[in-house]
Amino acid sequence: MIVLEKRPQPSRAWSMATPLVAVLATMFFGGLLFAALGKNPVEAIGTIFWEPLFGEYAFYYRPQLLVKGAPLVLIAIGLSLGFRAGIWNIGAEGQYIMGAIVGAGVGLAFYPMEAFYIFPLMVIAGAFGGWAWAMVPAFLKVRFGTNEILVSLMMVYVAEQLLASMSLGLLKNPEGFGFPGSRNLQSYASAHNAELIEGSGMHWGVVAALIAVIFAYVLLNRHMTGFHIRLTGEAPRAARFAGVKPARLILFCLGVSGALAGLAGLFEVSGPSGQISIDFNVGYGFTAIIVAFLGRLHPVGILLAGGLMALTYIGGEIAQGSLGLPAAAIQVFQGMLLFFLLALDLLTNYRIRAARKEVA
Amino acid sequence: MSTPLLSIKGLTKAYPGVVANDNVSFDIGEGEVHALLGENGAGKSTLVKMIYGLVKPDSGSMSLRGAPYAPPEPRAARADGIAMVFQHFSLFDALNVAENIALGMENPPAMGDLAARIREVSETYGLPLDPFRTVGDLSAGERQRVEIIRCLLQDPKLLIMDEPTSVLTPQEVEILFQTLQKLRSEGTSILYISHKLEEIRTLCDHATILRLGKNVGECTPRETSARDMAEMMVGTALKTPERSGREFGEIALDISGLSVPSPSEFGTSLKNVHMTVRKGEVLGIGGVAGNGQDELLAVLSGEILTAADAVKKDGQPVGRLGPVARRRLGLLTAPEERLGHAAAPNMSLTENALLTGSVREGLESNGFLKWAETQAFAERIIKEFDVRTPGPENAARSLSGGNLQKFVIGREVLQNPDVLVVNQPTWGVDASAAAAIRQALLDLAAKGTAVVCISQDLDELMEISDTFAALNEGRLSAPRDTAGLTVDEIGLMMGGAHGMEVAHV
Repeated sequence: MIVLEKRPQPSRAWSMATPLVAVLATMFFGGLLFAALGKNPVEAIGTIFWEPLFGEYAFYYRPQLLVKGAPLVLIAIGLSLGFRAGIWNIGAEGQYIMGAIVGAGVGLAFYPMEAFYIFPLMVIAGAFGGWAWAMVPAFLKVRFGTNEILVSLMMVYVAEQLLASMSLGLLKNPEGFGFPGSRNLQSYASAHNAELIEGSGMHWGVVAALIAVIFAYVLLNRHMTGFHIRLTGEAPRAARFAGVKPARLILFCLGVSGALAGLAGLFEVSGPSGQISIDFNVGYGFTAIIVAFLGRLHPVGILLAGGLMALTYIGGEIAQGSLGLPAAAIQVFQGMLLFFLLALDLLTNYRIRAARKEVA
Repeated sequence: MSTPLLSIKGLTKAYPGVVANDNVSFDIGEGEVHALLGENGAGKSTLVKMIYGLVKPDSGSMSLRGAPYAPPEPRAARADGIAMVFQHFSLFDALNVAENIALGMENPPAMGDLAARIREVSETYGLPLDPFRTVGDLSAGERQRVEIIRCLLQDPKLLIMDEPTSVLTPQEVEILFQTLQKLRSEGTSILYISHKLEEIRTLCDHATILRLGKNVGECTPRETSARDMAEMMVGTALKTPERSGREFGEIALDISGLSVPSPSEFGTSLKNVHMTVRKGEVLGIGGVAGNGQDELLAVLSGEILTAADAVKKDGQPVGRLGPVARRRLGLLTAPEERLGHAAAPNMSLTENALLTGSVREGLESNGFLKWAETQAFAERIIKEFDVRTPGPENAARSLSGGNLQKFVIGREVLQNPDVLVVNQPTWGVDASAAAAIRQALLDLAAKGTAVVCISQDLDELMEISDTFAALNEGRLSAPRDTAGLTVDEIGLMMGGAHGMEVAHV
């Protein structure tokens, strides 16, 4: 019989190693999946992990890594703060949409005026949009004890309907020949989140993501608020004893994660995407949950995990194109990654031991 | 000499990293009350689990009335006439007494017959209990009676009792002892586990003393002094805490007309509590656990807010202030539950030092943490309170209960509180660590701190407190001077024997 034995202390080595082992296990079992689909597993895995970085067209894909990775990291950093404290914001996708709508709305309100302050105002508005959307579950939880998981998730669907309404109504491009979608912000200089270095994929969202990583690192390791977040997650009763006010922490965590998701939406709509459209959101808000856990809720881990996730996205697209893998297989592959990570997480706190039965 | 009922020879059981029992041998005679005595972690529980078939020994043998005895599971042990009353009850709150007892039986009789048998056993042995009462409404003492009656219905030859008096008032202890003596006179043997020496001296015929898993001695408790037994248990000479000077200053903590509903459904609401503690005074609050102790601590720590005037420190209303503000004012607390309440199990000792020390020790500035100072504070606690750990970077849960308790108490004591409130400060702590903690509390009082010690351990309260009050169902009795209090008076303050009226139905 195999028994799990609780370690006296969480193992530092395993907590570092589990993400790597999880990636290797995903490669192996993903390979089996691809083989079952009749593809060459080595080639498929190689395409996903190698092509975007070092393949023939890497010059095109590498900037894409930053473009895809930045919103994931930005959102995941925000989510990780709440997750550490046991506050589960599942609705980052909705906050991402709202950040984009409010931010783009502010930019479009100035159209066609050109001024240096328009983009900064949009950034603030984007953060505000995401923050306000996250305040709905936060307020309901604090005031009425509702479950933030359900409320924040349902708010995603509300946001999606609002996005469709905006694309077809209020924000619709008057010169768009009746097509749904707003004006393209890429052709409005004052509102355009352009690449900072031509061809690098580096836009303001990437900068914001890096700042968020540093901010979260300092907050968690050097600041009382971060200590309270960790304490609440580890031992809620001890946190109240230490003087943490749960309501304040809920408002803080949901607020920060909403604002960061809103920022991600704003940088996306004003940069790579360019316009508000019905299919503007592509699931960054949900994938960021995986990124947050893959990065072990640690800021630096999230940075690496965001890169890895972006890699599987882009590599997955290449594999779809060149090998004809179905999109669902790629999603299963990404799901496997989270599954193995959470399963192997057990080894941080437990060791596996073979034991004979105590009682016959 | 006749064949003993149960004979244990060379029982050994090792767990990874620790030998719980090392070559333990002793005999229990027919109709004998045998005490198993030892500190926490001495291996008493492992030993009785082997007798009850819950754990298999690595080596050694047992024989029951001369025949080899090796129960593979508790059912076999029960079939052989061995019954056990556990320290923690396994009863369903929502069911009544008879239903609970029926659940534990192999072939339960019809409910009416069972109730009749329960009544019969309960009257024969003087254990007042109504079979149709809901267990959720029973006191701890009554719940224990359910467990005992459940065992007695099996007509056991050997009854094992694990720390049975820790949840009882003195009057209830007396009822229990009468029952046990009656059982003995009918020829039932009893294996009685405890670390309360006076009880053992009153009740038991013979005692086996365990220390660190080894049988370190046997004695006849009636002929041995409590002190000698304690020293055999601990292995060294015991130091009795001492205090100098009992001069009290002004009132430091004043609670008046405090009524608070419990935040949890199964908690106890506090009802019209009044108390004052003067500077330099130690107020002991006794009572069986679950009578409002946790709620009282939460009201003082600031986890439960009250009317501002209900709690005053040095005349200043603090009832609306949270834990941080109260610490700033010098009102510190140490809750009962070490892991998860007083300390975060997975966090390091340094981080746990920060948990309550940040305000008074100046471990933050503008919200930013001073880790170097925090670590120094943690090291100071470890050093001054002799906490056994490789260093402050270790997780709280890696410490033994006693060591963590020393850390938790030390953390508050070193912050020089004006008022310190502790709940069960020595619960689950070995005798020498307990003595150190009591000494620290007394030293603090000698320096002028008002100390409130909430405890179930009456001996502890008699030893360190100047005044004594008891919590019973959320009500606090009027405080009395400890000097001159008799055990009977204390028992009455604690609410006497719960549920006695049922006895004469």
